[in-house]
Amino acid sequence: MSRGLAKTLLYAVLLVGAALTAFPLLWMVSASLMPTGEAGTFPPPLLPSAPTLEHYRALFARADMGRYLFNSALVAAAVTTASLFVNSLAGYAFAKLRFRGRERLFQALLAGLVIPAQVAMLPLFLEMRALGLVNSYAGVVVPAAASIFGIFLVRQFARSIPESLLEAARIDGATEFAVYWRVALPVLRPVLVTLALFTFMGSWNDFMWPLIVLTDDDLYTLPVALATLARERVQDNEFMMAGAVVTTLPVLLVFLVLQRQYIRGIMLGSVKG
Amino acid sequence: MSTAAHTDADLATAIGPAARRPRRRRPRPPTAAASRAAVWFVAPALLVIGLFFVLPVLAALALSLTDFDLYALADPSTARFVGLKNYLELARSGEFWRALGNTLYFVAVGGPLSVAVSLGAALAVSSKLVRWKGLWRTVFFAPVVTTLVAVAVVWRYLYNAQYGLLNAGLGLVGLGPVDWLGDPAWAMPAIIGLAVWKNFGYNMVIFVAGLAGVPGELYEAAELDGAGPWARFRHVTLPHLAPTFLFVGVITMIGYFQLFAEPYVMTEGGPLRSTVSVVYLMYEEGFKWWNLGYASAVAFVLFVLMLAGTLVQLRLQRDEP
Repeated sequence: MSRGLAKTLLYAVLLVGAALTAFPLLWMVSASLMPTGEAGTFPPPLLPSAPTLEHYRALFARADMGRYLFNSALVAAAVTTASLFVNSLAGYAFAKLRFRGRERLFQALLAGLVIPAQVAMLPLFLEMRALGLVNSYAGVVVPAAASIFGIFLVRQFARSIPESLLEAARIDGATEFAVYWRVALPVLRPVLVTLALFTFMGSWNDFMWPLIVLTDDDLYTLPVALATLARERVQDNEFMMAGAVVTTLPVLLVFLVLQRQYIRGIMLGSVKG
Repeated sequence: MSTAAHTDADLATAIGPAARRPRRRRPRPPTAAASRAAVWFVAPALLVIGLFFVLPVLAALALSLTDFDLYALADPSTARFVGLKNYLELARSGEFWRALGNTLYFVAVGGPLSVAVSLGAALAVSSKLVRWKGLWRTVFFAPVVTTLVAVAVVWRYLYNAQYGLLNAGLGLVGLGPVDWLGDPAWAMPAIIGLAVWKNFGYNMVIFVAGLAGVPGELYEAAELDGAGPWARFRHVTLPHLAPTFLFVGVITMIGYFQLFAEPYVMTEGGPLRSTVSVVYLMYEEGFKWWNLGYASAVAFVLFVLMLAGTLVQLRLQRDEP
């Protein structure tokens, strides 16, 4: 096969693949702008005949979308803030502070990764009920405040902090917390950005646990609200597409802006291990 | 433990090279003061993980040995220890075997398909002949970061039997129409289609990194020896990707075993229960019928299956020459 032919074929494959990949997302946006009923005609149109924002207006005016957007943002922001602090403290300690049983404890944490989250969900619900946290933001936020993955991520990165840097601060009389806060955290900045991205997006997109622990629709996050709407309004194609756009566009935009940092997280967690 | 961020990425760490080989140092023994400080550093994280992950997991095991149900929810003292009764009931339940069969179908077909598409995309994106690599990668990765519930809603319409775009497209080449989500034979393949689209970008990124690690001289040497593209792929690329394959295989399998949101949004487990997964069954039994004891047994069987699947893949990898 000649080089030119191979190149043409490769570009053809990539173009078709990219078109197929992008199509559902582009169509989602297009259908959300169609007048009511247009997406349900045959053959289905690709572009709106007369673009309209009526479904977005209806979402916010009648379906309480602003409320869900607020809930999702609040929960994701709280989870991200808490997990940045809690996981960076622990990850740094596992990398840089010496204490008895450190390695064994870390190994035990890693072993916990093979247990799927769903196994914990049934008793966790009972526990949340006993604590009075069912149907509250805290019910979603508190269990997500620490993660084994987050600790691992920070630890991997923190191991490369030069010991001399920390030692210098200690000799100057800094407390261990000051060493962490003023010396280690600035060095850890890149991995903290990555961790923040992973946590924010994971929390924003999370579905099963919020579905279980939030019972009052005032507290629903976007995915829970959207899934509920989807069951009630099966026929309202354009309206549901607008809901899907509002739900997924924020994370998609965040990713487009910060994709380098996001992909580094996958690398840190896997190949370079 | 984060339920929110418990994604494929978490599991990355469990089998990453570092996990297998902890670095052994011989440091000076920790001073009492340093140890005391360290306790405060790890305490918040361990408290959260212990209280909201370790404890519930242990409780789930205990719960699976009781008949905890709706009445026990009101008054826990009515729950009784029943030994392995829940597990025996599971083994006799057609519902459970069907859910297990559906899940294994999803894992066994969707998993390899998703890995194959990921590898194909990674090879195409990594090729020396291709420009704008970053752009292709971004497009292929975009579905990974979307909200599963939202894209499931979108795909439900694409699959619509009357006005869905998939049938419209198939109609152009004289195929169909297929009632994708209404036909028990097609509903699971349809869900697999969504899952592959949503997930392949993740593994693609990992494969791209794996491919970048294959030394270029090897390809040149193989080419000098007269090896064609296929032979180079078979004898140079694939052996070098073996660790990547293991990693990708395990995280994909684990992720696919947890199938839940797709059937919840697209089919509600139907038609004719053909898309009820094990996790979906656990959710229904636990949070719709409040049979928490029985549902915990379902959860544990799932865990054991995933563990077994992981061990099998580790063993297969080790047996490779």
